[in-house]
Amino acid sequence: MLPLILALAAGLGYTVLSLPEQVQGLQGAVADQLEKSGVTNPVTAVLLNFRGYDTLLEMVVLLLALLGVWSLGAQPEVRTESDSGPVLDILTRLLVPVLVLVAAYLLWAGAHAPGGAFQAGAVLGAAGVLWILTCGRLQHGLARLPLRIALVAGVATFMAVAALALQTGRQLLEYPPAQAGSLILLIEVIATVSIGLTLATLFLGVEPTDKE
Amino acid sequence: MSIPFLYALVGIGLFCLGLHALIVHDHLLRKILAINVMGSGVFLVLVALARRGGDSPPDPVPHAMVITGIVVAVSATALALSLMLKVKAATGRAELPDKDGG
Repeated sequence: MLPLILALAAGLGYTVLSLPEQVQGLQGAVADQLEKSGVTNPVTAVLLNFRGYDTLLEMVVLLLALLGVWSLGAQPEVRTESDSGPVLDILTRLLVPVLVLVAAYLLWAGAHAPGGAFQAGAVLGAAGVLWILTCGRLQHGLARLPLRIALVAGVATFMAVAALALQTGRQLLEYPPAQAGSLILLIEVIATVSIGLTLATLFLGVEPTDKE
Repeated sequence: MSIPFLYALVGIGLFCLGLHALIVHDHLLRKILAINVMGSGVFLVLVALARRGGDSPPDPVPHAMVITGIVVAVSATALALSLMLKVKAATGRAELPDKDGG
């Protein structure tokens, strides 16, 4: 097995080394259109404007994974039901507000610096995981419909904005340059909440019910 | 050899390391981790090769693709871990059954 893998590594290494040293990639094309995108961070511009369907479909992938996990039914109890202990409890109380703040900062910074909806959503998801580890109970009545609405809100907002562009005579997912910044921010805020919730619910591993 | 190529070669190394672990290990958790290491290698190659423009800023399109890829990898990993727990519950072992043993 090892010789085969080494041969593959050598082949791949040779392929990479034979690529041209200097390449004019797409950064020029992105920089030319950056003004119209509504944000100043090129990666965010690509993610939410130029290649918006990437982001839309990856949020669908997240939801599909959640549906897949839910469709497997109840998981066998793998966690031993023990008290989470004072250290984790106090740490969670301190960390969850900080994590929410960090998520909000990352979301806002995404317009002009590295950051954005997925990074912020991942931080929110981490806060959710901590919260599940310590108490992990949803308020009665929140588990079914409100949770599902929050989970699909990101995709729904994105689709609504995309469809609105169609209505005003533009292409799907093409924003009017004047409002692009605020539209991207709106999509990102709602998507962040949806992504964070999806990640935390994935960690839960089962479909939450009111009884839990 | 410039720095981007060095990183790209490290990415290829990670990919092959993960592929080897994916093949030789029986435990499903190790296989899932191996696939994640392979994915990290691919991401490293993409991010590194985006930096080939000399002094100009890196190409943002591969960077955006890597973010997309990370999200897909996380989703797939979560689903795979759930499936692994199901296999463990059904067979008592977190391994795929042998071809002959069933």
